[in-house]
Amino acid sequence: MADTGRIDAYIRAARPRALAALTRYFGDFDFAEEAFQEACLRAVRTWSADGIARDPTAWLIIAGRNAGIDLKRSKQNRPTELLTDNIPDTDADIEDEVVEQLDSHVYRDDVLRLLFMCCHPDLKPGDQLALALKIVVGFSVEEIARAFIVRPKAMEQRITRAKKKAAVIANALETPSPKERTARLSAVIAMIYLLFNEGYSADHGETHIRISLCEEAIRLARLLLRLFQGQAEVMGLLALCLLHHSRYKARIGDDEMLVPLNEQDRDLWQRELINEGCVLIEKALRKGTPGPYQIQAAIAAVHCTASTEEETDWHEIERLYAALQVIQPSPIIALNKAVAVSKTTGAQAALDLVEPLSNQLQNYLHYHTTLAALLIELNQPEDAKQAYQKALSLGPTEAEARYIKSKMASFDKKTLH
Amino acid sequence: MLYSILIYGVEGVFERLPADEQDAHMKKHTDLQGELIATGQVGPIVQLMDTTTAVTVRGDPPGSKEPPMVLDGPFAETKEQFLGFYMVDCATIEEAIEIAKKLPLGVAAVEVRPVQWFGGLPMDPAGDG
Repeated sequence: MADTGRIDAYIRAARPRALAALTRYFGDFDFAEEAFQEACLRAVRTWSADGIARDPTAWLIIAGRNAGIDLKRSKQNRPTELLTDNIPDTDADIEDEVVEQLDSHVYRDDVLRLLFMCCHPDLKPGDQLALALKIVVGFSVEEIARAFIVRPKAMEQRITRAKKKAAVIANALETPSPKERTARLSAVIAMIYLLFNEGYSADHGETHIRISLCEEAIRLARLLLRLFQGQAEVMGLLALCLLHHSRYKARIGDDEMLVPLNEQDRDLWQRELINEGCVLIEKALRKGTPGPYQIQAAIAAVHCTASTEEETDWHEIERLYAALQVIQPSPIIALNKAVAVSKTTGAQAALDLVEPLSNQLQNYLHYHTTLAALLIELNQPEDAKQAYQKALSLGPTEAEARYIKSKMASFDKKTLH
Repeated sequence: MLYSILIYGVEGVFERLPADEQDAHMKKHTDLQGELIATGQVGPIVQLMDTTTAVTVRGDPPGSKEPPMVLDGPFAETKEQFLGFYMVDCATIEEAIEIAKKLPLGVAAVEVRPVQWFGGLPMDPAGDG
């Protein structure tokens, strides 16, 4: 006997692997999804009565194959004899065959293909995420619509259109070349991080939905790392997500306002996530193939392991940003490095690095807030005020606007004295 | 006799249970731990991190001059993963089995296995992460 909560947990955990295997088997993503749905119904029936299968993923794949064959027969309008969904757990031959597939590289490419399908270059980032949530994670359209604050009907249409475009990839069953595999992996890493950020950075939507987006991104990163155990950037991706997520209880205040890092209650940070993130970075760095996710994770780790803001190792952060700048030059990284320099060397040195970025970052809100903070430190209140006003003119989110205004107010008070 | 109670389960399932079921699972652990501490029967209790954090160290065939290989991932790819263990002091295996039955078994299976030898010293885990 098994209750629905438990059955659901096993089905959701098995979903990406089972769906990927069925797509390969039938060579048609839409049909595979249909067969998988039917397999899930059979699983609920059988597992409620007999208990959960010893290998739920293999069970779902076999049941999905049988269900697919049944569906094909009924579509051909022939009299059908339904295949049984009672798959004996002791049937070692069938299970061994399936398990062998699960372990093979072919199978690994299947899951990668399913994930990569969601990264189809013709899809807008938002549609990529909606598709990944629907297909790989198994969210309902209603849940996805709530996460993106659109009407369910509109979301359904978006997903249907996106699926049509992307199915081409899912149905293309050739084994990718090593180069193609690497490209797919990079695209999937970027998509998973985008999903994480959709939950992490957004200041709209209900808090619990945003948190569940972060959790699903972490699950996908874990799945990817299980399939590509030696990939340092996948370790970096998972570490980065875990380290950021470790702070979520401290990041969102009682009033749903975002609390900046230096004002967070560090006792609320989740040590077990921080420890896991740190271990993964150590593992990744052993490989000697640094990449942007690993370095960003290392920066997050420096913040997460400082017991107070004052104890933060800003020299290490400065070095890491310098390394990141070499791999992935960008004015935003230069800006972040300047913040570290303000802590290690001083506000003037930081200002000298920030001011040349003025043209490139004219419309970047955090350029102006960073500039303002440095100018306050350098006792140039008028210029600081201008920078804050410029920031306010760039369409900050409500939370950001409140934060900027509170900063301006506190410093108005100070200048009066 | 010392017994180990080894816990196996599919990674990623526990965290997908409804929150109240997760709480009920955790309560079984804390209740049992309280009970065992009260009777003085318990040694180390260990929860392992996800298998993705693991590395496997393998030596080369005898006679080889190559250093051991360090591979990413757990020793064996298995359907169910080794998640953690309790070490308990029991008079009989029956008693150890009775303790194992008190663990949350909804999404885990446990193996009761007698301990041949136990040594080492108590340790303070490094708290700095």
